[in-house]
Amino acid sequence: MKKLEHALTYSARVIIGLIAGLMIAVTSSAETLMVYTAVEAEDLKRYAAAFNEDHPDIKIRWVRDSTGIVTAKLLAEKNNPRADVIWGLAATSLMLLQSEGMLQAYAPKGLNKLDSKFRDSANPPSWTGMDAWIAAVCVNTVEAGKNNLPTPTSWMDLTDPVYKGHLVMPNPNSSGTGFLDVSSWLQIYGELGGWQYMDNLHENIAWYTHSGSKPCKQAARGETPIGISFAFRGAKSKAAGAPLDIILPKEGVGWDMEATAIVKGTKKLSAAQTLVDWSITKKANKLYNQGYAVVAYPGIAKPVKHFPEGILEAMINNDFEFAAVNRKKILAEWQKRYDAKSEAK
Amino acid sequence: MSGTLSLPANVVPVRVRLSRDDVILRIGLICLIILLAIAVVFPLYTLLSKSLEDIDGKYIGLQNFREYFETPALFSSITNSLTVAISVALIVLVIAFVYGYALTRTRMPLRWLFRGIALIPILAPSLLAAISLIYWFGNQGVLRSWLGEASIYGPIGIIIGSCFWVFPHALMIIVTALSTADARLYEAAEALRTPKWRIFFTVTLPGAKYGILSAGFIVFTLVITDFGVPKVIGGRYNVLATDVYKQVVGQQNFEMGAVVSLILLLPAVLAFIADRWVQRRQIALLSPHAVPFQPKSHPLRDGILFVFCLVVSIIFISMLAMAVYASFVTFWPYNLSLSLKNYNFDVMDGGGWEAYFNSIRMAIYCAVFGSGLIFFGSYLVEKARGVTWLRTILHLGAMLPLAVPGLVLGIAYIFFFNHPENPLGFLYGTMGILVICTIVHFYTVSHLTCLTALKQLDPEFEAVSLSLKSPVWRTFGKVTLPVCLPAFLDVVSYLFLNAMTTVSAVVFLYSPETMLASVAVLNMDDAGDIAPAAAMALMIVYTSTVFRVLHALLVRFISRRTQVWRTR
Repeated sequence: MKKLEHALTYSARVIIGLIAGLMIAVTSSAETLMVYTAVEAEDLKRYAAAFNEDHPDIKIRWVRDSTGIVTAKLLAEKNNPRADVIWGLAATSLMLLQSEGMLQAYAPKGLNKLDSKFRDSANPPSWTGMDAWIAAVCVNTVEAGKNNLPTPTSWMDLTDPVYKGHLVMPNPNSSGTGFLDVSSWLQIYGELGGWQYMDNLHENIAWYTHSGSKPCKQAARGETPIGISFAFRGAKSKAAGAPLDIILPKEGVGWDMEATAIVKGTKKLSAAQTLVDWSITKKANKLYNQGYAVVAYPGIAKPVKHFPEGILEAMINNDFEFAAVNRKKILAEWQKRYDAKSEAK
Repeated sequence: MSGTLSLPANVVPVRVRLSRDDVILRIGLICLIILLAIAVVFPLYTLLSKSLEDIDGKYIGLQNFREYFETPALFSSITNSLTVAISVALIVLVIAFVYGYALTRTRMPLRWLFRGIALIPILAPSLLAAISLIYWFGNQGVLRSWLGEASIYGPIGIIIGSCFWVFPHALMIIVTALSTADARLYEAAEALRTPKWRIFFTVTLPGAKYGILSAGFIVFTLVITDFGVPKVIGGRYNVLATDVYKQVVGQQNFEMGAVVSLILLLPAVLAFIADRWVQRRQIALLSPHAVPFQPKSHPLRDGILFVFCLVVSIIFISMLAMAVYASFVTFWPYNLSLSLKNYNFDVMDGGGWEAYFNSIRMAIYCAVFGSGLIFFGSYLVEKARGVTWLRTILHLGAMLPLAVPGLVLGIAYIFFFNHPENPLGFLYGTMGILVICTIVHFYTVSHLTCLTALKQLDPEFEAVSLSLKSPVWRTFGKVTLPVCLPAFLDVVSYLFLNAMTTVSAVVFLYSPETMLASVAVLNMDDAGDIAPAAAMALMIVYTSTVFRVLHALLVRFISRRTQVWRTR
């Protein structure tokens, strides 16, 4: 009988071992918040560390991807949400999630100190803003010189055939930056004129990237002379030593807010509220200001190194309502027209 | 009992009663069959049914397929995929055949070194080649001018990059096929004064034709289902594999992802069936009276082939070397000073150093649990007495994963394990699902390796231990395992290396806690951080190399202790 036992153990050992291995791999922690974000990866550590100075008991688990991906992921998980908090996603995306009933309204402590533009107008608000992130064109001066490209000063300039094959821009379906560009052109030139403009621009685009920062990073490396991206990314690459000019086209530039919200149905509501409270403090806004020239907390913004001048004046009077309501329709139309040139993903 | 009726002819039925050992082995068989059903068959079934549903899970028949085939971009993706896969298959077959011929049929010097160099790509994720190509031929590439007006972003880049990473797979099959020549055929041909070129076309090529065909099928399947290379260097050239990725990851449109992956399953299954058919013929070619062929020295031929191998090897090394160099350059191409900046993974997209350590953990789990499970499975298929039908089912189950591309497996796993009613749903998003998926993905080759080793073992061992009333596990531990140890260690190493480098299946299954290094490479490139992507890919290469060296040392040590009986 003992032998039989031994034999059974032996034959089943591998199977038991496998299952045990899987169990070891499954870990969980009660103190951890799952936070979805589209904030630049290099800033996430800094944000989490600053938050943990004040709240060492709450750990942050980041899920980072481009705006469009994070939005699609949240929508796909609608019936079984995995995120607790969204910290740093485009306000237009949050408005969409709000209309799907996926956000938990909450008035964080100190809400009244924020610039009233930087919050959901409902009371209590479903989301609160952090900072504005602003479109810009990154021009690599070395490569532009080699290819005899004049420095563009307006969006219209970019449709000049001289730039054919030298332009890269993000795919609005996956990138928030791409979407704010498209929505700003539709606002600047009107619906008809906007699509006409993009048709012309499309002729010059070498490829559409998946991420909003990639066009500027590629311009920084000289892979392409000109990348349509956002100002903050350009300033960072310039600081890293790239020969970049950051251009604000004279028609005005699109922008969006990065904002914070609590996901409805989170099992860690009080920890989530603590995080959102902290996300609108003066300290947090100073943190945002290290990269973003315009932040939600009035009166603290200091100029950002390498940031182009006159950015406040260049920002268009953005109609968020228009952008959020028409988001799905705009993206479908864009995909139909231009997707064949898009980079995978 | 009934089991004795179906015993193989070479085993003498000693007992009529079903023994305790038989019971144990049969329980093992059933357990493994259930495991494979859960890990392979059910997910594939879920994938199939998902492709017939709409977003809310309602059955809509072939509506998704109709919608897909009405998309104009589709046909360009199909023709693009076929163009790339067929071009790569042709190019790789020619080069691998000449290279393999030089390794097996000549006496040129440094054959061992050339063999080693050709295996380099196995140590790296497929993306590494594409990244390296950008540094060689991209718009800021060192050799940009060589391409003239053409761009590396597109079919050219995909084809060159794919050739690089599939080369060792084709080479190994061709080398095996060329190694089994019968010297008597060559002696006869020479006695008849047949010219050399004629011998080549009437003896050498026909002898290796099945190996070449088989290599062709494998390469075709690997390329058509790989999306790493087209993702990094494809530019706006869409292929089927990137379409799947776009649908599932980019737009979270899982139903359409299911449709495209089923379309991808088709060529893979066809290639699999053709390959099985070819393999059977190949084995029939071998006669037990064959005399091993010993190549003779032939200075002119050996010299030419030496130069050929040298050129190919230099290309291989330069691909790796460029990636190594670029990973240390501070800011390509404007600041070429060297630094470790790109290895500072924690401040970039891609999951940081944690991803790298996760990869190592996963590779160890796969190597340990996978090799044990697979060896046990092949032992049951080969050595369990009776119940032929159960053994056949297990064998077929073990062969099935070879026909399923990693990408299809990954998506099938999302559907199966993320289904709200699946009791195994707790596995979703854990390290466990990555381990299971990777073991299944590489099951077949490991299974066949173990089976070959077990077949070399005389069935008399079992018969003798049976008559001595020695229990089956004692024979297993004292005879079977030690004798098969080299093959077993090969499986361990195969699983470890593949777990380190694989992207295709796990890219759909990782979660923030279980980010992997190979996936990080993909994501970093996506964010535009190509130099850190190269650095992370190289971390995988360094680790795989160290592992490979340790493995070689261990095999040498163990062989000396357990394989003495092979030499007389």
